[in-house]
Amino acid sequence: MTEEELRIGVFICHCGINIGGVVRVPEVVEYAKTLPGVVYAADNLYTCSAAGLDAIKKAIKEHRLNRVVVASCTPRTHEPLFRKTCEEAGLNKYLFEMANIREHCSWVHMDDPDRATEKAKDIVRMAVAKARLLEPLDDIEIEVRPEALVIGAGPAGMTAALSLANQGFHVYLVEKEPEVGGMLRKLNRLYPTDRKADELLQQLSNAVYQNSNIEVFTSTKIVDVSGFIGNFEVLVRKDGEERKLEVGTIIVATGAEPLKPTGLYGYGELEGVITQIELEERLKEGRLGTPKAVVMIQCVGSRIPERPYCSRICCATAIKNAILIKQASPQTQVYILYRDLQAYGKEYEEYYRRAQELGVRFISYTLEKPPEVSRGDGGLKVKVYHAVLGRELTLPADLVVLSTPLIPPETNEELSKLLKVPLDRNGFFLEAHVKLRPVDFATDGIYVCGTAHSPKDVPDSIAQAYAAASRASIPMANRRVVAEGIVAEVNKDRCIGCALCVDLCPFKASRIGEDGKAEVIKVLCKGCGVCAASCPQRAITMKNFTDSQILAQVEAAFKG
Amino acid sequence: MGEEQPAILVIGGGIAGIQAALDVASQGFTVYLVERKPSIGGHMAMLDKTFPTLDCSQCILTPKMVDVARHPNVRLLTYSEVKDVKREENGFLVKVLKKPRYVKEDVCTGCGICAMHCPVEVPSEFNMGLGIRKAIYVPFPQAVPLKYTIDRDHCIRCRLCQNVCAAGAIDFDQQPEELELKVGAIIVATGFETFDARKIGEYGYGRYPNVVTGLELERIVSAAGPMGGHIIRPSDGKIPRRVAFIQCVGSRDKRFGNPYCSRVCCMYAIKNAILLKEHLHEVDVTIFYMDIRTYGKGFEEFYRRAEEEFGIKFVRGRVSEIEEDPETKNLRVIIENTETGEILQEEFDMVVLSVGLVPPKGVKELSKILGVPVDEYGFFVEKDIMTSPMETKAEGIFLAGTALGPKDIPDSVAEASAAAMRAVNYVVRRWKS
Repeated sequence: MTEEELRIGVFICHCGINIGGVVRVPEVVEYAKTLPGVVYAADNLYTCSAAGLDAIKKAIKEHRLNRVVVASCTPRTHEPLFRKTCEEAGLNKYLFEMANIREHCSWVHMDDPDRATEKAKDIVRMAVAKARLLEPLDDIEIEVRPEALVIGAGPAGMTAALSLANQGFHVYLVEKEPEVGGMLRKLNRLYPTDRKADELLQQLSNAVYQNSNIEVFTSTKIVDVSGFIGNFEVLVRKDGEERKLEVGTIIVATGAEPLKPTGLYGYGELEGVITQIELEERLKEGRLGTPKAVVMIQCVGSRIPERPYCSRICCATAIKNAILIKQASPQTQVYILYRDLQAYGKEYEEYYRRAQELGVRFISYTLEKPPEVSRGDGGLKVKVYHAVLGRELTLPADLVVLSTPLIPPETNEELSKLLKVPLDRNGFFLEAHVKLRPVDFATDGIYVCGTAHSPKDVPDSIAQAYAAASRASIPMANRRVVAEGIVAEVNKDRCIGCALCVDLCPFKASRIGEDGKAEVIKVLCKGCGVCAASCPQRAITMKNFTDSQILAQVEAAFKG
Repeated sequence: MGEEQPAILVIGGGIAGIQAALDVASQGFTVYLVERKPSIGGHMAMLDKTFPTLDCSQCILTPKMVDVARHPNVRLLTYSEVKDVKREENGFLVKVLKKPRYVKEDVCTGCGICAMHCPVEVPSEFNMGLGIRKAIYVPFPQAVPLKYTIDRDHCIRCRLCQNVCAAGAIDFDQQPEELELKVGAIIVATGFETFDARKIGEYGYGRYPNVVTGLELERIVSAAGPMGGHIIRPSDGKIPRRVAFIQCVGSRDKRFGNPYCSRVCCMYAIKNAILLKEHLHEVDVTIFYMDIRTYGKGFEEFYRRAEEEFGIKFVRGRVSEIEEDPETKNLRVIIENTETGEILQEEFDMVVLSVGLVPPKGVKELSKILGVPVDEYGFFVEKDIMTSPMETKAEGIFLAGTALGPKDIPDSVAEASAAAMRAVNYVVRRWKS
């Protein structure tokens, strides 16, 4: 704290009658004038109105205020506005403090104006006590390289890369396999349009290879990642050679793979028991022939206690392949044994109906009474309990097709550690917020799309890829990110390098520096204070929420 | 690149429109966000909790509403409608009608004194008619912008509001205003409406007071709703002991022209069932369904929790009829259990209809204005579901969220960012050439 003379201005809002109808605002104004450091206090009918804001600016100038307190409503909606007002009057915006005397006072004590008025004074006194200790802070700004890394060159990764490249950003597209395409390489046709997967693959890979802003690395592994948004350093390895890529943002599009259902329904033991992906291969190569009967079993290895999630794509995939079989060989009997048919939305319900019209039979089974597959006369037989008929049916089959879920690749774990982003309990990447931030990670500058996030089909993966591209474009288009000045600061003399803060920081903003002591990556820090609260050495200070500021408020609270 | 960067128009201020506007604006483009209602927020603002995380809907939505309204690149035009779109050489010329609120937006501080004095009570649309608002009102307390609107259909011109408004914001002479916007691209995020359950006579909605829709239950459960979060049934204010949810009401049903699945009803029913169980430990809850659709991230786990942890009963079958006991107003549900083949009759205190999603009113007119086709149901049609799911056949016009068809919040949000990217890709490409 400098020796500068404190000149605090306090503005108390009536909020129409929201505050003024309960709290005796003029009395609080008079009280505020008595507080140490306060040189000016006034009330406004509406502090947030244009007139109210002008009054603040005028008072800052006329009374040479160097701290401002507004006692009104919630900082959630109004603090940015008042901070901006201070800035416009030439005052550092962190020299502003807000006291909530509406939500915390008049609204909850509307039946007791006397005590509400006393409480409003308490709240104002606390805010002034903190304002006395406020220090000017600067926002943190860093440059962002207009270059991106996309990990995984399946339909999602290629789409994201193309979208970013078309914005003029340089993109490194890294694929661990020798060729781009991901799951598209394995698929035959794509639902619901029955378009050939190869066509889409060609279209995307041609566009990727022709785009001068995209550098493709196949058979390439991510070895190391350091840095943070704006300036990541990524080490990649191809054929034993390493190369360092410097990028501003990273998109994870590493995909998923189908489960091999070893031991389930005779897979691997009985001839003729295959998976959907193996059926795709047979259809693609035109070697399915004209089987008499095909039985598909849904939810093989999914929606079970060990693997609880629904894999989203298997029902529509089964319907697609059932339709393709029926179209090629109308006399083939096709059965789909399902638990709940996931024909969600507009297109897939229609698709379901088309299959029914073509004669595909749908029979529901329950987890308690799953179908049984065994060797039959010259083929296979599938026993299934038909609930409506109330008896067990035996279906002869030449082919039993198991619909298995998409599972996360084993490499997810390693990549999640390199990028310091979390996986969910099923092993897929975990986004920042399930509802409202579906393609962001909590760590700034890293995004996720496609089946790396959860099982989904090609259209949904492509939509998410565009979304991830949009999110990554934001910092790169601006060429910079600006973060609030309210961040944690490490006192290196006290820090013992225990790394507790590193483990606890939800935003990966803490790290151990070369000196063995903790340091804060300011631009990543969201000012949550977890590190400061947990530091055993009390070596971390949360700016704008320092111990002395908070203790001053506590003391003021009990001094009234 | 001499010319100024083109602006982008977003039509619809629900969660999809908000996210699209935020993404476009944050990439440095001016956005006009047009919403026909007095506040942005859409349906998400009406929800109590969201599945499968049980996040409080408003708590996660309102910060985004505030962010979009405060974004320096966003021009928010609420209570406004797109009336005309003309294709020009460099984009579109859009006519927007700003309807008169009879309250000056730049003067109103949202203090609410006017509504306190207004003597006219009107059923609140936001609370699905279960609560009341005044003739001068904000749809809900967290409305953005927090500006009052006079509903002239119900206003009795007593001018009390004018007398008490200290800011002098009331203006009965306000006229509709026509704005002309030049934009380089348009994102359509016009959302949905819920199916009108009155169409299914045998369920008695509209006749039986204790048959409510899922969206009405959201307002009943909400602590900020008309019942203050006390779960009571409409006929007599009693706490229900037996509640049934009926799935696929107006979905997967050709009779009403909606053969499609509405994608969200299984999960919202399970979520509301869990909320009922959390509020009323003694309540018995049964969900009558055709298929439980748990295709999204975390959905199946949520379904398992509902059954195993909360003891919610799931019965597979289709409800043929609901009968009301005229004395008790209890409801007898008649259903065929398709897992056992039995015909069941069960009595409940309250029945919740999981109504499907349909296109909102006015979508046909907008389709004409934009030159973007809608499908047989009235949802906008994408150019190619596989490669350009956010694009339309009309160049420069993009789609997001439930304007395309029913979907949940995460998918709507992802699509909104995707549509933002496609719109920005488009204007950048045109602007550079």
